[in-house]
Order: sequence, then structure tokens, then C-alpha cells
Amino acid sequence: MADAKPRVKVPSSAAAGEAFTIKTLISHDMESGQRKDGDGNPIPRKIINRFTCDFNGTSVIDMTLEGAISANPYIEFDAMIDADGEFTFNWYDDDGSVYSATSAISLA
Amino acid sequence: MTFTRREALVLGAGGLATITLAPAAMAAAFEDAIAAFTGGAAAGEGGIEISAPEIAENGNVVPVEVSAPGAEEIVVFAPGNPAPAVCNVKFGPLAGSQRLSTRIRLAKTQDVTALARMGDGSFVQVARTVKVTVGGCGG
Repeated sequence: MADAKPRVKVPSSAAAGEAFTIKTLISHDMESGQRKDGDGNPIPRKIINRFTCDFNGTSVIDMTLEGAISANPYIEFDAMIDADGEFTFNWYDDDGSVYSATSAISLA
Repeated sequence: MTFTRREALVLGAGGLATITLAPAAMAAAFEDAIAAFTGGAAAGEGGIEISAPEIAENGNVVPVEVSAPGAEEIVVFAPGNPAPAVCNVKFGPLAGSQRLSTRIRLAKTQDVTALARMGDGSFVQVARTVKVTVGGCGG
């Protein structure tokens, strides 16, 4: 799917050192490589194989995804911040493309 | 194409053998995957939780949440899937907690298993049975 559309939900502000939840969703078929087409030929694998979230260059999570992750991967996790800044989200596709999203946040 | 009775019996037996062999091979792949993560170390219990529905009607989308306070890395396996690995999460310094929630595919009823590598280098493991009504691997 060429038009993978990332969506992230991050609060606009948070207290220092306090955990808050980030939700991410990206539209993607996550073709697992296990399925077969109408002629019985296997459909080649095409999934998002890695997802990362960084805040001002420091890692929050770094996740490896396999074929067993559902289509339109939804990932929810917790983060905390100690300064104003920006979250960077990257999804790495099997075909080499990288889908990115950013979200600014400030200290409450 | 027609089969003699003898050929049909041989084919049937062969088919049965491959069916019975397959789970053993899958279990081996699962064991290997665990060993690759722990480096052969035994995994303890406690300190890790996995929450998933008891019965998943649609194996294509099964919500799963794993949390292991103090973990550096968590892996999730679905031993009953054609490929047991599900995901691997490394928590960075800014992770608010060692928790992850996502949606996974399950081919059949099985024990979804999670392992965590804790800050002190030890490993913990937990499994939870999920009954799957309709498998989600495109069979």
C-alpha cells in the first residue's frame, strides 16, 4: 500500500517524569507471506518490519514487527519527558520505504 | 487420474505422517526462538503479565497487552502460528513504563507466550491460552 497513512495520538503537554500513553496506528496491509493468491502462488511478504519512537533523539521504544502483527498495526505504549520537544515516529517497510510522523509536546 | 486401492492407502499414510510431523517441527522452531532470545538461560516466573481475550472470534485481530516492569526487552511468541515470532520490543530511557499493547494474528487456539529480559539480565516468561474461533493466517 503506497499510501500508508500514519496516525499518532500524543498529549499536547505532560508533567516531567510522569508516564503518559501514546497511541499509534498506520494503514498497511501487513501481507504476511503466508497467504496464497487465486492460482495457489504464495503472495510475497510485505510488512512493516520495524517501528521506532524517539523523543529529541532519545529512544522511547524500538520494536521489531513480524508477520503475526495484524493489518493496520496499532501500537500503544507509555513515554515520559523531561523537556519540551518533539516525538519522531518511524515505520520501516519491507520495500525500503520509511513512513514518518512527528508530534510536538511541551512540559506542563 | 485414478488410484488403485493400494496407492490410495500409501498416499493417505504419507499425508497423515506429514500432518503429525508438522506440530513437532513447529514446537522446535518455537523452542529455538526462545533459546535465541535467552541464550539458553532458564526463564523464571512472575514480573511479567500478558492480557488477551480468553476467546478470540477473529484470529486476524487479537488485542494483546504485555507489561513487565523493569524489563529492557520483551518478545512475544505465538507457538501455534506458521512462524512463531510476533514482535520484539526494546524499551529506551524515555519509556514511561515497560508496557506495550498491539493487535496480533493467531492461526489457531494456542498459548500466546511472552518473555522479558529484565534490567539485571534475568529472564521471565508467561503464557496465556487464547481460544481462536476463526484463524487469522489466511490458511
